[in-house]
Amino acid sequence: MFTNFFLELKNAKVPVSIKEYLALLEAMDAHLADYSVDDFYYLSRSIMVKDERNIDKFDRVFGHVFKGLEKAADAATAEIPEEWLRKLAEKLLTEEEKKQIEALGGWEKLMETLKKRLEEQQKRHQGGSKWIGTAGTSPFGAFGFNPEGVRIGQDKHREGRAVKVWDKREYKNLDDSVELGTRNIKMALRRLRKFTREGLETELDLDDTIRSTARNAGWLDIKMIPERKNKIKVLVLFDIGGSMDAHIRVCEELFSAARTEFKHLEFFYFHNCLYEKLWKDNRRRHTDTTPTSQMLHTYPSDYKVIFVGDGSMSPYEIVYPGGSVEHWNEEAGQVWMQRVTDMYSSCVWLNPVPERHWQYTPSIQLLKQLMSDRMYPLTLGGIESAMKELRR
Amino acid sequence: MKFTGTDNYVASDDLRIAVNAAIALQRPLLIKGEPGTGKTVLAHEVSKALGAPLIEWHIKSTTKAQQGLYEYDAVTRLRDSQLGDERVKDIRNYIKRGKLWEAFTGTGSRPVLLIDEIDKADIEFPNDLLQELDRMEFFVYELQETIKAQHRPIVMITSNNEKELPDAFLRRCFFHYIRFPDRETMQEIINVHYPDIQRNLVREAMTVFYDIRDVPGLKKKPSTSELLDWLKLLMVEDIPPDALRSKDSAKLIPPLHGALLKNEQDVHLFERLAFMARREKT
Repeated sequence: MFTNFFLELKNAKVPVSIKEYLALLEAMDAHLADYSVDDFYYLSRSIMVKDERNIDKFDRVFGHVFKGLEKAADAATAEIPEEWLRKLAEKLLTEEEKKQIEALGGWEKLMETLKKRLEEQQKRHQGGSKWIGTAGTSPFGAFGFNPEGVRIGQDKHREGRAVKVWDKREYKNLDDSVELGTRNIKMALRRLRKFTREGLETELDLDDTIRSTARNAGWLDIKMIPERKNKIKVLVLFDIGGSMDAHIRVCEELFSAARTEFKHLEFFYFHNCLYEKLWKDNRRRHTDTTPTSQMLHTYPSDYKVIFVGDGSMSPYEIVYPGGSVEHWNEEAGQVWMQRVTDMYSSCVWLNPVPERHWQYTPSIQLLKQLMSDRMYPLTLGGIESAMKELRR
Repeated sequence: MKFTGTDNYVASDDLRIAVNAAIALQRPLLIKGEPGTGKTVLAHEVSKALGAPLIEWHIKSTTKAQQGLYEYDAVTRLRDSQLGDERVKDIRNYIKRGKLWEAFTGTGSRPVLLIDEIDKADIEFPNDLLQELDRMEFFVYELQETIKAQHRPIVMITSNNEKELPDAFLRRCFFHYIRFPDRETMQEIINVHYPDIQRNLVREAMTVFYDIRDVPGLKKKPSTSELLDWLKLLMVEDIPPDALRSKDSAKLIPPLHGALLKNEQDVHLFERLAFMARREKT
């Protein structure tokens, strides 16, 4: 019945699935939103949206799909004779009346007749006016005017406010944040874990305890071991600036995921190709630099090296001394690349350029060769295979 | 069972509906929001309002999903066997019930189970609880029996957004984001907490409070709970409302600002801005 609404949400990239849709129907079936647009909005929001970043998108879709709904409510009150409505309301409200109703044949019966009367009302509307939503998809066309529907008239002022709630779009600045999607990357990076035991002995070593107890002729001898910790050490080298600007978002995601995933993480920046200098802070790239040879001496060969860069440049920048676009380099980029790959046996290159385009860029081909084919696209699958390679 | 807010908790319409939907459809309710907007308190209030027992499970970075179900204390059993204790014959004596087990088998009405700060745990933690929260049952390997919930507990989960939660987990939850209250709601909240506070003190304090929240670049914006603390301090210290209004001279930093600004850098930033504002005036 809300298929249209559901599909629109899906189109707007709000992650919803059949499960949420069914939950919404279940909730409507349980009369959780008592025929007030306001309540229905809150209810569907809490069921369909699972992240505050998506609330703004949801508000927009809701406003769009249920446009004119508040008009419907108004019209309904206009068309039901006011006197009749007031009488009903009185019957619904006072205790005295309730007792009278009991005497007259019970609540159920009253509700039934009420329902019947209101069904007539509904039919009349469908026949004439078009305000019950488009093409019969409006939820209120289906059951909007059964017993509790009467309350629509009473809650008129609330209705007006509800519309404003989603039109206000208060969740606008929660939309889009860098963190989006890092979970997936973190999961992929998880493959690169090597647990070792180090530090305080806090865990019971069951096997060793049993062994020593047996050796102790049954006298309990408890053995403890340190907790397992991830001991992987990672060195990430980012290409920055120029053609990399287009890929900045995905790099940020990768960086923020890697930062939380690895305890021993070092990173440096370079431009286009690796030369004799690296830097840590891009704003001070001309003053605060680290010689690449120093990096090679500082970090032992058990570090895993990850290059991140698009590798798109003129081949001269890799092959010839002095080829760099920024400065005069005494030694060619490929010499430095060679030194790094010689030093660190596990290293990979992650490339944000889609894999199918690699063959058209000679510099990518060159780098891929220099990395002995260990170049992977910067996608989830690519990261996973890269991590597999690094684990070896 | 319907939750309508309590004497000392102001529940907005949307929050009320989300809570009631979660109760009626028996789904866990995931609550997010700025720190200090009353996420954890909500569970306490729901349990109070419904007269249901509250079971709290506070999550830390070392918490494992299994700990919520049960733990088998092998070491104690081993020791008891050394001492020839009679208890050792029944493995049941060494199974420690976790919070989920407690919630499943609790007597009486549906309990409220609060899983507090789920984002603190390991990234796999929510996935390990999928089945348990969905079917409300789990299998105890040591006893070879399945523990089934007698009453499906009302599960409330809070998160501070430190880690992203897996989709499969989110699918099973209802979600509510507690927005920072506007001035009107804030006034209501204050009335509920300090019914006999001076009206003009509140007015002045709220102005200062929302001004501070609007300062760009604060590391930690003060939240509802901080405002309430601050008001309490102001009342205890008997600070007159005028002291908050004085926008001149050296009194640009509000009195007892330590309750509002929890971060050195924020205090510095605020002082600097206040100093600049003063210079502009003279």
